[in-house]
Amino acid sequence: MRTSVQELIAKSKDKKSKKIIEKLIPILLFLIASVSVLTTIGIVLTLIIETVTFFTRVPLSDFILGTTWLPFANSGAQFGIWPLIVGTLKITGIAIIVAVPIGISAAIYLSEYASDNVRRIVKPVLEVLAGVPTIVYGFFALTFVTPVLQSFFPEIKIFNAISPGIVVGIMIIPMIASLSEDAMSSVPKSIRDGALAMGSTKFEVAWKITVPAALSGIIASVVLGLSRAIGETMIVSLAAGSTPKFDGDFTGSIQTMTAYIVQVSKGDAGYGTTIYYSIYAVGFTLFLFTMAMNILAGYMSKRFREEY
Amino acid sequence: MRYIEQEKVVRRMNGRMVVNRIFQGLFMFATALALLALVILLYRIVSQGAGHLSLDFLTNFASRFPEQAGIKAALVGSIWLMAVVAPTSILLGVGSAIYLEEYAKKGRITTFIQMNISNLAGVPSVVFGLLGLTIFVRAMALGNSILAAGFTMSLLILPVIIVAAQEAIRSVPGELRDASYGMGATKWQTIVRIILPAAIPGILTGSILALSRAIGETAPLIVVGIPVIIQFLPEGVMDTFTALPMQIYDWSSRPQAEFQTVAAAGIIVLMVVLLFMNSIAVFIRNKFDKSY
Repeated sequence: MRTSVQELIAKSKDKKSKKIIEKLIPILLFLIASVSVLTTIGIVLTLIIETVTFFTRVPLSDFILGTTWLPFANSGAQFGIWPLIVGTLKITGIAIIVAVPIGISAAIYLSEYASDNVRRIVKPVLEVLAGVPTIVYGFFALTFVTPVLQSFFPEIKIFNAISPGIVVGIMIIPMIASLSEDAMSSVPKSIRDGALAMGSTKFEVAWKITVPAALSGIIASVVLGLSRAIGETMIVSLAAGSTPKFDGDFTGSIQTMTAYIVQVSKGDAGYGTTIYYSIYAVGFTLFLFTMAMNILAGYMSKRFREEY
Repeated sequence: MRYIEQEKVVRRMNGRMVVNRIFQGLFMFATALALLALVILLYRIVSQGAGHLSLDFLTNFASRFPEQAGIKAALVGSIWLMAVVAPTSILLGVGSAIYLEEYAKKGRITTFIQMNISNLAGVPSVVFGLLGLTIFVRAMALGNSILAAGFTMSLLILPVIIVAAQEAIRSVPGELRDASYGMGATKWQTIVRIILPAAIPGILTGSILALSRAIGETAPLIVVGIPVIIQFLPEGVMDTFTALPMQIYDWSSRPQAEFQTVAAAGIIVLMVVLLFMNSIAVFIRNKFDKSY
């Protein structure tokens, strides 16, 4: 039996199921796309609801103003967030000191000096560095960087802020380098050529033309690196210890916000205890910090972008 | 009057060239330092852990005795975890990307969803753990199961997959679309028969890279409450399990020095798995990389 093309077309137009599919698919896909929005809502609601429960037991002012974090005390447990924030800032500070000079230098080298061949090798290697799981970095900090530091500075303890700080820095180097390099590569070649034709050296081009033109992207990459360092969990859980401290000591055990959450989750803090709710309050604080950083990074790269 | 004084230029030029050389050296040194960190890291781990690697290590369960400790439960657990994460995250990610690229009208809602996705990508993984603990473990009563951990991980890598899939879909040229519509195909037919096949290499590459991030993540698993010492293999998605990074974390945090060797051996296994996944991604990218 032969059917003409017209008949086939007429037949397929009659099919109701096809029309229904065409109507249903967009709705279904919209529902799928809303999962990411629901995730955000879920995170915010979860954190807020459990944090509010926490604040019915511990006054908000104690949490925000307190400088003692003693959640496991049998009587008179204290929940002042500052020691955890200070711990987090110690790690982040060292990480930035390590990562910013190296990351930006690597970006300048790759975008201004390196030949295509060098770039083709170095960039994938940096990607590998970015893909190393954080637990591996944690192991590296604990079993290699700390002993090496101890052999130079005997006063450094097994758990300290310096070693995990350095390793968190190494972890965020690829991120700062590749985002900064992207920003520098987007500076038009004609501007560089103009400066070179005027007799500038490559360094002068990099320092006076490329870096200023790409500054918004470079700053955004640093802020994103900061946000990553604040949220980093496994390196500090393994190598920084678990002593919340409100002081300026870097050589001994400290505790960050993330490490506290891990410490409680690992133990058997029963559901419904104040300690259980405290991880949400700490998580919420952490969320606010990283959110502020991410928004700042987005704002920086939009607000100060130079259009060519 | 001369605008350029020859001698002055010559004199200063040398200095400027020296400065240029010095900084070139510094920038190169910094780059080398980053690469050196990777070399030291890999060398340390291989030299520490290689001695403990054996077939027994892959087929033994965890043990109190370092020489008998094996990684079987963790390896199988990680594979189970991927069996949940891969379909869930790829389905959600590709679906979202199709909606955003093909159906969504440019407007406030689309901008909002897009902004939300990029913000979600910046949320620390430990916070995703808290979400999983509240929603999946407690509210949906999934307990410390593969499913609860898998859903948590899926949400964690969802933004990465969405962005990769969007880029892949966007790179399919408009002429292919127009040709399909011109032949009388409906929108959905065009998506399924023309756009997705053309975008699949990009989607797969991005997804595999995202999955390899999920396989190395530890913090959400700890917060969700995944146990470490498991002496049996899971038989279904509702069973509890342990995973490679959890097992490595446990071994690394033990005080006995012998367990550091075991941890290093575990890291080698994890890195080999990651290397394997990454080479698949690179292979797909090279094999199916069509330029239109």
